[in-house]
Amino acid sequence: MIGLHFWRVMWGITHRELLRFLKQKERFVSALVRPLIWLFVFAAGFRAALGLAIIPPYETYILYEVYIAPGLIGMIQLFNGMQSSLSMVYDREMGSMRILMVCPLPRWFLLVCKLMAGTVVSILQVYVFLVIAWFYDIQAPEIGYLLIFPALLLSGLMLGALGLLLSSFIKQLENFAGVMNFVIFPMFFMSTALYPLWKIKESSLLLYNLALYNPFSQAVELIRFAWYGQFNPHAFIYTLVAFIIFMFTAILGYNPSKGMMMRKGGR
Amino acid sequence: MKTALTIENVSFAYGKKKALDDVSFSINTGECTLLLGPNGAGKSTLFSLITRLYDSREGHINLCGFDIKTQSRQALMRLGVVFQQTTLDIDLTVLQNLRYHAALHGMSRKQANLRIQEELERLTMYERRFEKVRQLNGGHKRRVEIARALLHKPALLLLDEPTVGLDVPSRQSIVEHLHQLSKDNQLAILWASHLMDEIYSEDRLLVLHQGQIKAQGSVNEVLDGTQSQNISDAFHQLTQQRVST
Repeated sequence: MIGLHFWRVMWGITHRELLRFLKQKERFVSALVRPLIWLFVFAAGFRAALGLAIIPPYETYILYEVYIAPGLIGMIQLFNGMQSSLSMVYDREMGSMRILMVCPLPRWFLLVCKLMAGTVVSILQVYVFLVIAWFYDIQAPEIGYLLIFPALLLSGLMLGALGLLLSSFIKQLENFAGVMNFVIFPMFFMSTALYPLWKIKESSLLLYNLALYNPFSQAVELIRFAWYGQFNPHAFIYTLVAFIIFMFTAILGYNPSKGMMMRKGGR
Repeated sequence: MKTALTIENVSFAYGKKKALDDVSFSINTGECTLLLGPNGAGKSTLFSLITRLYDSREGHINLCGFDIKTQSRQALMRLGVVFQQTTLDIDLTVLQNLRYHAALHGMSRKQANLRIQEELERLTMYERRFEKVRQLNGGHKRRVEIARALLHKPALLLLDEPTVGLDVPSRQSIVEHLHQLSKDNQLAILWASHLMDEIYSEDRLLVLHQGQIKAQGSVNEVLDGTQSQNISDAFHQLTQQRVST
């Protein structure tokens, strides 16, 4: 009976998140426009400037658009993870987070549900992006479209957990703009989303190290390999460990007796 | 008559600032208890502790025999809350909002539909179930929130100034409805308010000031205790402030 309750809560939260997402059409459009501009404009312009060697998982020389596509998928999930946390800060300001918090189930489970719901929304966006990319001649083996799903699930959960963690620190919505500048952009630019590691190493060893240890890089590599039908164990373990650490800290943040809610004095 | 809520020696501080100081009281089923107190008296902190947004380090909170800290699931199952701010999703319909709440309480779709119909009909809102919350006025939004708080048949209903910002007719109808609910359903209500006309003569009163309970009991007991003619004078005497009429 209690298992059924858990399931209904998970479904209820996911269903609400999907409904909200579908009602906010501008959010759906902007979630897609952002990576598409990068793909159609930035990558097309950069194609001539950047020569790429053959690196796994690719077996031949590839166009820059092909290289950048997994990074843009990561970008969709990164923005979505942060947007979900934005919605949590908003929810908390508006009080609907309190409705969730008085639900008679363990708080960690409610946060996992919230995270899962956000990830499902991000995966939906990614698949729409993959369809557009297909027509733009960025195509991977068919099996990759299936194998990318678990990779997206893990990377989405990891980035969502990071957003969740940040949301437990942020008291007000206005502070979120700072997170955009101090978290999203550095994470995206200091990663393998736009350039391969060896290319970064050529220009700066410091940047190379930052990109190497950036969990977003590992999420992008996990996605890149999975999309081409391959498994990258290092990226998988790194992303999984990052998820566990972020999630655990976020749960502490929302714990009524230990968390940041307490220190903030709450609302 | 059973005890729905027991607060025992609860204290709470934000850093060094004490928000609640050794607060104790209890509420029985079928009783409507008005919690009066000026701004900063500790009402919101008390509500945050009962809803377990914060944990109390000192004292105990017991809901229908379940400790809120150690048996939070059983305790929260018996609690319905209407917060001061609207907590409905304005882009979703009334029905979608209520179904979401029903899911959070583990109800099946069939059970949820039945309860939603019952509660909305009681508040004459059933016809409007397919409307987006955005289209409702303040009074109707409040009715939906009250219906939502009652969906899972709680034993205790917490109301944090639920009539703030409403026009007089909407306010009167909600106040009347809530008092009736308490009587008919043997529901215990704890209602933070600062409006005199929300108090009925059969209500119980709790006056909170600077984190301490200054008076508690029936309306007559509080009046006798302070030797006042009306609640406004009693409140003034206890807190040196006036309540709105």
